[in-house]
Amino acid sequence: MLITLNGDAYELDEPLSVADLLQTLSIDPRRVAVEYNYSILKRQLFAETIVHEGDCIEIVNFVGGG
Amino acid sequence: MSNTPFVIAGRSFTSRLIVGTGKYSSFPVMAQAHAASGAEIVTVAVRRVNISDRSRESLLDYIDTDRIFVLPNTAGCYTAEEAVRTAHLAREAGLSHWVKLEVIGDERTLFPDTEALVAATRTLVRDGFVVLPYTNDDPIVCRKLEDAGAAAVMPLGAPIGSGLGIQNANNLRIIREFARVPVVVDAGVGTASDAALAMELGADGVLMNTAIAGADDPVAMAEAMRHAVVAGRLAYLAGRIPRKMYATASSPVEGMVGR
Repeated sequence: MLITLNGDAYELDEPLSVADLLQTLSIDPRRVAVEYNYSILKRQLFAETIVHEGDCIEIVNFVGGG
Repeated sequence: MSNTPFVIAGRSFTSRLIVGTGKYSSFPVMAQAHAASGAEIVTVAVRRVNISDRSRESLLDYIDTDRIFVLPNTAGCYTAEEAVRTAHLAREAGLSHWVKLEVIGDERTLFPDTEALVAATRTLVRDGFVVLPYTNDDPIVCRKLEDAGAAAVMPLGAPIGSGLGIQNANNLRIIREFARVPVVVDAGVGTASDAALAMELGADGVLMNTAIAGADDPVAMAEAMRHAVVAGRLAYLAGRIPRKMYATASSPVEGMVGR
């Protein structure tokens, strides 16, 4: 199944939770913010929110800036 | 002579220097520069996680968040909607509900779109944010931002990254006189004297990134900036002498040998 991850098409074998997606990507959930289909997803909902075909996920973190 | 603490939205800071985290040659150099600057607030940007390359180190590993307050920015946002969205993501990333609000109006100058900036300030204040808007050196816009609920106003000294120094000292003085919230001169500083001048004009703080990160020796420049901000603040509080056209002798005119 295809999702849109940070603006690009991304292939997943099957639906999985946002928490599992982050783990698959080796991303520390405490350091990022996630948008699920254009809405902020609270961290406590990462485990119970399932990513399905066609979903749009944005994962952001802090980088150097002024 | 009393020095007052630097207070924004009820939070008190000792250092009046705010520094960025961008453009450093490495994270260790950045961390050393931060330490040398004495800054208690550092700005960060919000960007997409690099999905394909997870090897990069995290910026936050090099910021002592027990000692340093992390202020996310909305740099790169060109509409109020984009800036509001970015601010919400920054808040969710979990460090604070403060935001350095940028809504840029033009790519070459990076001057703010002040109309959108005021609108975004109003929205984010309503959403519970402490909003510190980066704005131009216009006292009227600063007043509108304050009326919209900004916790401080952050007028530019010169375009971002230009290093041109304070371009309109008089406007900054007027902004300081009008404002009932802290005034932080944000952007345009090139070297220590620029930071000192901003403080001598009455600014409550100075924010800079490139002036330190882009210096040949960022750690030494960070230390210079720390001294400059302290010196400028002290000079402002001390009250400078008036400018006069002609000389006034410092040594006695009486008692000259041979007269």
